[in-house]
Amino acid sequence: MSARDSILARLRATSIAETPPLPDVKTWFDAHRRNEDTDQRVTRLRAALQAVKTEVHDVSATDWIEVLLRIAASKDLRNLLIGTGTTHGAELEARQPENLKLLPYADAIDSWRDVLFDDIDASLTLARSAIAEIGSLILWPNASEPRLMSLVPSVHFVLLDVATIHSDFHSAITTEGWKDGLPTNALLICGPSKTADIQQTLAYGAHGPRELVVLLRHAANADQGAAA
Amino acid sequence: MSQVIKIRPMEDFKERSRGVLNDPGQRKNFRGAMDFLMAKRLAQFPDQEELQGLRDLGSAIRRYSLAHLPRLLEQLEAKLTSNGIQVHWAQTPDEANAIALGIAQRVKAKRIIKGKSMVSEEVGFNHAMEAAGIEAFESDMGEYIVQLAGETPSHIIMPAIHKTKQEIAKLFADEIPGVAYTEDVDALIRIGRKVLRRKFADADIGLSGVNFAVAETGTLCLVENEGNGRMCTTVPRVHIAITGIEKVVEKLEHVPPLYSLLSRSATGQAVTTYFNLISGPRKPGEKDGPEEVHLILLDNGRTQAYADEELRETLKCIRCGACMNHCPVYARIGGHAYGTTYPGPIGAIISPHMLGLDATYPLAFASTLCGACVEVCPVKIPITDILVRLRNEAQARPDSMEATLRGSGAARTTAGTAVWSVWAQVYSRLGLYKLASWFMSRGRALSPTEQGAWTRSRTPLIPAPKRLRDLLKDRKP
Repeated sequence: MSARDSILARLRATSIAETPPLPDVKTWFDAHRRNEDTDQRVTRLRAALQAVKTEVHDVSATDWIEVLLRIAASKDLRNLLIGTGTTHGAELEARQPENLKLLPYADAIDSWRDVLFDDIDASLTLARSAIAEIGSLILWPNASEPRLMSLVPSVHFVLLDVATIHSDFHSAITTEGWKDGLPTNALLICGPSKTADIQQTLAYGAHGPRELVVLLRHAANADQGAAA
Repeated sequence: MSQVIKIRPMEDFKERSRGVLNDPGQRKNFRGAMDFLMAKRLAQFPDQEELQGLRDLGSAIRRYSLAHLPRLLEQLEAKLTSNGIQVHWAQTPDEANAIALGIAQRVKAKRIIKGKSMVSEEVGFNHAMEAAGIEAFESDMGEYIVQLAGETPSHIIMPAIHKTKQEIAKLFADEIPGVAYTEDVDALIRIGRKVLRRKFADADIGLSGVNFAVAETGTLCLVENEGNGRMCTTVPRVHIAITGIEKVVEKLEHVPPLYSLLSRSATGQAVTTYFNLISGPRKPGEKDGPEEVHLILLDNGRTQAYADEELRETLKCIRCGACMNHCPVYARIGGHAYGTTYPGPIGAIISPHMLGLDATYPLAFASTLCGACVEVCPVKIPITDILVRLRNEAQARPDSMEATLRGSGAARTTAGTAVWSVWAQVYSRLGLYKLASWFMSRGRALSPTEQGAWTRSRTPLIPAPKRLRDLLKDRKP
């Protein structure tokens, strides 16, 4: 008998006296969910992000690039890794910044791994959405904005549209229908990487980004429909 | 560099415990760390009603998952396979290592970079790889520190909790070429980051654990703060995940409550920096991520725990470590004294299934049964009931109905059995009890001054000059 069959046979040999019902997760979250509008969600998200040393800047559809360039200059960033075939990437390229070299993630990592690890200062990706309750950004990396963009560069910029902010993790999963199709990798990120492994002393910049900069992009028409 | 994990709690548990108890430095490290973690956890649960409701939900999810375990494992396997993740099953640590080694040899791997995985500690992964000439390098900062020191983790969440920053500063200066002594924690972390970044880029295989495996979507969830888990599962061309068979949940919506309980109970954080959901290898057109993803599902005694309704509760564990953080015994003797991969209260109740009760029963006695662990357990494992059960199992007659585990009856001795049988006779017969207590009170001068373990740190026990019975008789009506 294979290891698999032996393990399953041993488990099946046990009869479970009482089969518990399917836990009602939805009811619990529904009962604990706050009834709040987009502004309140933004407030909660911002506070939670800032509590773990994430920089948060309010931007609009028209000024986000200038804000980003200003922050990049203040941090002495030489270059910025951007995705390919994205609207925000195209907008940034059209602006042709003088002091920040834009580097598109054009090729598979295998051919330029050392460049990514050694020579890239920062990256910009778009968040799919966010979660107010736990102050987390949701990223679904793909071929346009691959996984390592949010991990290897020391400074990570995230553009987030405020209309996409969910109240809690459960509503994010259910309203976005995650169970019907997850990408290769989905991520929740709440701040720069950190560790307290040396004498419980908190230190930022463990293995991932040292700084996380969120650009909260407000729509021109502030009353756009919010996510549940 | 790494050692073979020594699993001999039987032989020197007491000796090791005494060693730590007599070491004021270590006592201070553990006390300070435990106080810190307890306060952080408490601050995360300001609302008792919410906490208890969430614990009930967490416990219900874990109990449901276990009740359907064989079905969920098959569903998980089918879904992972259709997602392109290769599933392997291992009954023993040797089988698990052989599977990993087979993969490593097939892809001609020389270097494995490891994210935090207690199951890899459980199977002695590093040693097995080293024996085959493959480097297995720890990348979690705490794990990296203990590996550099040639030690093993002393806590499941904070592996280097027993070390001070001065000790780590000296270790780095001694062991890492070109590094000067510094006690600045930020500087120490920068040193570790620099060394390990190279290791991520150069590794052939990344190894990780799994916090939750979701059956309905075929997803492996990893919880972490440092980003090394993401590095290990994204940079190398092969990713191997290893986990116990109990980590499966049926639905994706079962994850948020467990994730919240885990982050808040473990380190007192609302959430960790990263929550990483992996549902497949790199797809055509994608530009990074491993080309191969493997999952090794390990039994190693878990099916023994599963067979018993009470002991099955141990498999609900989500490895937050809150039980050890709140344990008055763990806080005083630390993780290494236990001698097992998993220390503390949870270690005492799961290790017997992995190693046999004969090798681990002293751990079940290393508890005051105060119940602090039960109170904080996010999935409501009745730890103290199970500790008592294991004590009884350890004393049971090996051929009796009470002996249900590998190694049951190991603590049973002829002398002990005789003493308890006399005790039972005396305490169940009034005449005998009266007679015995009369002799005890009148013969108190004969009480020995050496009373074994009792007098090692206490004054001898001497019976009272008058029995309660005599005192009552003397009382004026």
